[in-house]
Amino acid sequence: MSVDAATVRHIAKLARIAVSDAEVEALAPELTNMLGWVEQLQEVDVEGVEPMTAVIPNRLRLRDDIVTDGGRRDDVLANAPAAEHGFFAVPKVIE
Amino acid sequence: MSDYRIHGANGEWEVVIGLEVHAQITATASKLFSGAATEFGAEPNTQVSLVDAAMPGMLPVPNRECIRQAVRTGMALEAKINPWSRFDRKNYFYADLPQGYQISQLYHPIVGEGEIEILLDDKDESTAKRIGVERIHLEQDAGKLMHDQHPSFSYVDLNRSGVALMEIVSKPDMRSPEEAGAYIRKLRAILRYVGSCDGNMEQGSMRADVNVSVRRPGGALGTRTETKNVNSVRFIMAAIEYEANRQVDLLEAGGAVVQETRLWDPDKAETRSLRSKEEAHDYRYFPDPDLLPVELSDGFLEECRASLPELPDAKRRRYEGALGLSPYNASVLTADVTTARWFEALLEKLGDQHAQRASNWVTSDLFGALNRLGRTIEDSPVTPVQAAELLRLTADGTLSGTLAKQVFEIMLETGGDPARIVEERGLKQTSDTGAIDAAIADVLAANPDKVAEFRGGKDKLFGFFVGQVMKAMQGKAHPGVVNDLLRKALG
Amino acid sequence: MTGLTDLGIAAIRDGVRDGAFSAREVARAFSDAVEKGRALNAFTAETPDHALAAADAADSARASGELKPLSGVPLGIKDLFATEGVATTAGSRILDGFKPRYESTVSANLFAAGAGMLGKLNMDEFAMGSSNETSAWGPVLSPWRRSDGGNAALTPGGSSGGSAAAVAARLAPGVTGTDTGGSIRQPAALVGITGIKPTYGRCSRWGVVAFASSLDQAGPMARDVRDCAVLLEAMAGFDPKDSTSLDLPVPNWEAALSSDVRGKRIGIPREYRIEGVPAEIDRVWERGIELMRDAGAEIVEVSLPHTKYALPTYYIIAPAEASSNLARYDGVRYGLREAPENGNLTDMYEATRAAGFGAEVKRRIMIGTYVLSAGFYDAYFNRAQKVRALIARDFERVWSECDLLLTPTAPSAAFALGEKSTDPIAMYLNDVFAVPASLAGLPAISVPAGLNDEGLPLGLQLVGRALDEQGVLNAALALEERAGFNARPEAWW
Ligand SMILES: [Mg+2]
Ligand SMILES: [Zn+2]
Repeated sequence: MSVDAATVRHIAKLARIAVSDAEVEALAPELTNMLGWVEQLQEVDVEGVEPMTAVIPNRLRLRDDIVTDGGRRDDVLANAPAAEHGFFAVPKVIE
Repeated sequence: MSDYRIHGANGEWEVVIGLEVHAQITATASKLFSGAATEFGAEPNTQVSLVDAAMPGMLPVPNRECIRQAVRTGMALEAKINPWSRFDRKNYFYADLPQGYQISQLYHPIVGEGEIEILLDDKDESTAKRIGVERIHLEQDAGKLMHDQHPSFSYVDLNRSGVALMEIVSKPDMRSPEEAGAYIRKLRAILRYVGSCDGNMEQGSMRADVNVSVRRPGGALGTRTETKNVNSVRFIMAAIEYEANRQVDLLEAGGAVVQETRLWDPDKAETRSLRSKEEAHDYRYFPDPDLLPVELSDGFLEECRASLPELPDAKRRRYEGALGLSPYNASVLTADVTTARWFEALLEKLGDQHAQRASNWVTSDLFGALNRLGRTIEDSPVTPVQAAELLRLTADGTLSGTLAKQVFEIMLETGGDPARIVEERGLKQTSDTGAIDAAIADVLAANPDKVAEFRGGKDKLFGFFVGQVMKAMQGKAHPGVVNDLLRKALG
Repeated sequence: MTGLTDLGIAAIRDGVRDGAFSAREVARAFSDAVEKGRALNAFTAETPDHALAAADAADSARASGELKPLSGVPLGIKDLFATEGVATTAGSRILDGFKPRYESTVSANLFAAGAGMLGKLNMDEFAMGSSNETSAWGPVLSPWRRSDGGNAALTPGGSSGGSAAAVAARLAPGVTGTDTGGSIRQPAALVGITGIKPTYGRCSRWGVVAFASSLDQAGPMARDVRDCAVLLEAMAGFDPKDSTSLDLPVPNWEAALSSDVRGKRIGIPREYRIEGVPAEIDRVWERGIELMRDAGAEIVEVSLPHTKYALPTYYIIAPAEASSNLARYDGVRYGLREAPENGNLTDMYEATRAAGFGAEVKRRIMIGTYVLSAGFYDAYFNRAQKVRALIARDFERVWSECDLLLTPTAPSAAFALGEKSTDPIAMYLNDVFAVPASLAGLPAISVPAGLNDEGLPLGLQLVGRALDEQGVLNAALALEERAGFNARPEAWW
């Protein structure tokens, strides 16, 4: 499994990380090596094996439907790089 | 069976429609995975927990009631309930999605296959058609973006972020805009009966992704487009019609339909491509490692089933059968849960034996009045108890039909109780022969010529005398008594 | 009073209780040590006031006879734990300036138990690394140096490198760490201290910046086994805010400590003897086996057949979860934002994440995104989860033959900064012995067992059954007593 530059750019796009040509250069062989290395899992016989769901046996607990949170806009916006009139602000989105 | 066809330049086309309805679980006070409130119309970002804002290290904890409402909804659609389901992450970046993923259910939804029966003509059982439901899964709603507040910024409000949605996915079983409309209306009715979703499309608690493709009748399926977030029955039907015709024109011009996401523009009444959101979609679903599988106990499932109310179809059939209502009345009275509840509250006071009369009164008199007043049954000035009272007064002869109408009008204005109105305004119907005899004497005395003509054999004048006497009695005289006494007097 | 910084957690707790010294004196001594130790770059933030306030509370609590389990004990907190009002960066530029309005459950538990905070500890960015070189705030230096006289700067290991260095250099009597694939155990081994990763679910993950949710576990790092037991008791506990938290009472691990391991069966997994591991590692392992046998334990050779697949399994699952967990760092609600001139939303995302994440984090996000992308889910992620199940099954089976496993903690002693950072996979091999227990969620501890020829510490790992922290701690205590490890780095900073 060899990862080419185009694939690196596609993955970087999905991950929303801008990559320079130099980074693409470097990442292609690195990802190729990594994937080559994990390839060895293909030799394991997993016939009839269920994928792990809970690492330690445990049951999902459900919450009661009670309002216990919210009403803390200051906390929510406190760290925002840009907040105006109680909103987070982002570069204009054209739909 | 619908024979709806698009008549293209070179032949007929069949339309294939599937709907993905996002129904907000309005039955819960808090969100799917956080304790923040879900009320509509709060100040921006005031119903947001640190979890909804995806602060570092925050974790989701599922709301039992959301699970319960999804299961009850599934049961109402006669669907397979999966006792083992799981939450997955749907990964994509958008400004209204704080986590960078939506917690949803792809691989193991909580509800499997079910179906919904629609009536193309809601008075005619023979127009019934069953539309398959593929699945129902639970997922988080996203936040809200506002684009018109600032020249260079879009504003983000996370109040909706994390609100519980049921995505109800139909099979591509619909063949016309009318069928799609009937499906949505029926689904909305069922959700409102179950109580899981208020079906309020204006407030966005119900919206649909509309999948449309066209093909030669009976031919192989064509390529579909998905028109997102259409938020009214009318728009859904219009979007289907527009999209179907657009695709036919495209195909007949030798073009091809692109599988894509489109947007409904209500102003231009057209769908348009949403390429902005289209770029390289690859959601990389995988099981959410912050959550364990959802396992439903038999006890939980039994409680869900036991808590279900009588649903519209069953109710309609019972109204027609046990109560003997006309198909029209039965379907009108069961179309919405509030009407049905109002009618049944009335029957509770009045007794089922009067069901037919009551149903006629509600569908004609009450609905007529509400229409006139521009009101819905929720804010009817007359309560079911008062209505029962009014109908009883007519039944026991206290009120004549005309008196009943007068009293009802007063009830609508004052909201008063009928018995009281009758008392205070002395609108009781009278059989007091003395008073009636006196009135008759006056009428005969005032019309000697007519009396002569009648006695001379002009029988049809009898009606005239009745009218005059009633008039003299201001409509309060018992018609039967008036007749008897008049015959005597004229005899 | 430099003597105070030579004391461990239990000693400080008891000394404060008995009035041998005041909590304030202790907090002062360690705060000064933190300041003097800046050359180690172990802390990303210093909070002496927090430590002193807790100390004063402890001193008055003593006066009124209301001492708590950790009254008077100042601690270092790994920068992965959200601390209210105190910068929390997870070693990443993308969280630069982030001051949480909330306190992680684990740090809140520690403070509720009377502990104070000396500061936030440097770490590999988002806990992704084994040498601390991926920290946006520069690498932590190990207080240790080779005995060859050369002053090569050595790694304290990672990702909890600041935590390890702080304890080894006596800048803190104990610290919190987190372990996703060895991040507590490997650094503990490299600096000659003790660190335990409890059973997955013992410590709440609420408020801990997520790396790989199905693997992340917090745990204590301290000078000895007893101190780890004391700290873990205060950190652990059921948390309804974490769906994967275990709803179980916290045992009194310290009270039940016992180095009597007679009759215990210690398993030596065949597959952990790996090609190319230096002889010094085998030697310390052999020594450990001897010491346990000497302590009356029964040594049994066992097999964990899928061991060789643990690392590749880990390097599919952890990056996959991380690629999703780190999607929230988008420049919208907190941390860094890079918004190019009249660029759109996507431009902002891409610029922010390009500038905010370091090379290793990007590498793992890319791998994780790749293995989850269309068409690869079954071949990679789903298969890895199946192999993970097989690895867990190996452990399940082995517990019928033994009660604990004894292995090396890391395949080498501390290495020089820059020595392995060029070859990712070589770096990943640091965790070859630690990762299997992480994949199975099992409790595992690293105990210092001796020095190599260069005078650098080497550690041994003990792995136990799920929830058997007690068994792990007791065996570790037996090893500790017999190994008699008391070497400590010469203070050069
Ligand atoms: Mg959809
Ligand atoms: Zn959806």
